Amino acid sequence: MNGARLTIGQGVAWSFLGIALFLGLWTSLSVSGLVPRQFLPTPMETAARFLSLFTSPFAGATLPVHLASSFRRYAYGVLLAAAIGVPLGLLMGWFRLLDDIVSPIFDGLRFIAPIAWVPFAALWFGTGIGGPVMIIFAGAFPPCLINAYRGARFVEPRFIEAARMLGTSDLRMIREILLPSAVPSIIAGLRVAAGLGWQSLVGAELIVAAAGVGFMMVQAQASVQTTTVMSGMIAIGLVGMLIDVLLRQGEAWLRRRRGLEA
Amino acid sequence: MGSIRFDKVDKVFGPKTGGMKVLEGIDLVIGEKEFVAIVGPSGCGKTTCLRMVAGFEAPSAGSVSVNGREITSPGPDRAVVFQQFALFPWKTVRENIDLGLRNKRLPRSERSDRIAGALKLMNLESHAEAFPHQLSGGMQQRVAIARAYVLDPEVLLMDEPFGALDAQTRVVMQEELVRLARRNPRTVLFITHAVEEAVYLADRVAIMTRRPGRIKEVLDVKPVRLAENWDRLARIEDVMDLESFVHLRTQIWRSLREEKGPHGV
Repeated sequence: MNGARLTIGQGVAWSFLGIALFLGLWTSLSVSGLVPRQFLPTPMETAARFLSLFTSPFAGATLPVHLASSFRRYAYGVLLAAAIGVPLGLLMGWFRLLDDIVSPIFDGLRFIAPIAWVPFAALWFGTGIGGPVMIIFAGAFPPCLINAYRGARFVEPRFIEAARMLGTSDLRMIREILLPSAVPSIIAGLRVAAGLGWQSLVGAELIVAAAGVGFMMVQAQASVQTTTVMSGMIAIGLVGMLIDVLLRQGEAWLRRRRGLEA
Repeated sequence: MGSIRFDKVDKVFGPKTGGMKVLEGIDLVIGEKEFVAIVGPSGCGKTTCLRMVAGFEAPSAGSVSVNGREITSPGPDRAVVFQQFALFPWKTVRENIDLGLRNKRLPRSERSDRIAGALKLMNLESHAEAFPHQLSGGMQQRVAIARAYVLDPEVLLMDEPFGALDAQTRVVMQEELVRLARRNPRTVLFITHAVEEAVYLADRVAIMTRRPGRIKEVLDVKPVRLAENWDRLARIEDVMDLESFVHLRTQIWRSLREEKGPHGV
């Protein structure tokens, strides 16, 4: 941290100032006429639309229904990424051979943006749930694997030596030594994965035909309903923040429970 | 059962030629149920000796064997007590002690009996469900000793086990280890840089030279201890006052002193 410490009150005040400046700039831009009003609605118009979407449906559903639909795909994608990525990362962290086999493929694939999978997701899964789940999976998988792998590779050597002298088998080593000592790294990876998965949502829902925030935004864009598009963006931002806050809380709780923070 | 043999052991870290030679021509036999301490200046390779018996390092030349079997990997027949305890922080005291027994696939009832015995031995009964971070350093090291003893290992390897403890705790642990070792003798290889500790605990004390480490001389403590009946005294400071103790300690000090550098470091 650089600079003088602020009290909580001062910090909150400055945060509000930042938000106020942002909204002010936004408002002046959209009322100035520099951009067509239709392409940049004011914050007030957007807020009104955001609230109205809770009661009046757009593209077949209200905003909460769209969100629920999105969240289901998102949860499947992220859980699948964690369920495969974390164990695979731990195994790669212990078995050198597996590391040598998987790493080159993985290192190539992970730089392909989730949205680049859209054409294949559409071809392979059509409009079913598989396509969006696959795209969210593509976003969430790398941090799950990388952090589990790093956590396993950087376990303190004395724990591994102690476990080996106690005659611990490979599988038990992974489950009872690598996994628990990698937990902080894995949790950090899951947080990143949760964020990246949620960011991949709009891309994932380009190929959805029923409901979802991304779907709603694509439909609104087609009919130039910019306030609806922006409402979708706000919803995504707010839910993303909420997910992050909840995961931080979970992480802190886990740390306390493990006695890592005195 | 339970003898350790170093046979012309060299150890080089890094490349075979041009690497750093830490041990040279180590020859040492530790007999069944004998307690041998190795003392030496820091960096002399004494911990490397122990790590080779444990199976964490392989000799560059020569061989290290336990009961005539050459060592290839770590195993529960050679339990280690580490300086930094190396307890698993996510396991309770009981779970830490239990891991080695589970690895041996012992039935649950036998495991709980043996854990109860080990907890009693180290005065840990009331802390069985605690996590390591809830215990003091001394208590943590008791757990590490219990975790090693419960395996009933052929040899016990202790790598400066009391080096991380404060002075008072160290004295208590040394007295307890003496009681434990006399009542329940084991083959022990004990690494330390504390001369008094070595003389107080060991049957024989091996003195090492500076790097590359060689065994300079081996002193027999046990005949003196038995002749002077040190074990009648419960407190380490009383033993350390005995003329026979002072004599041995001074002898080792002199020997080590010759190994210090020109500036006494």
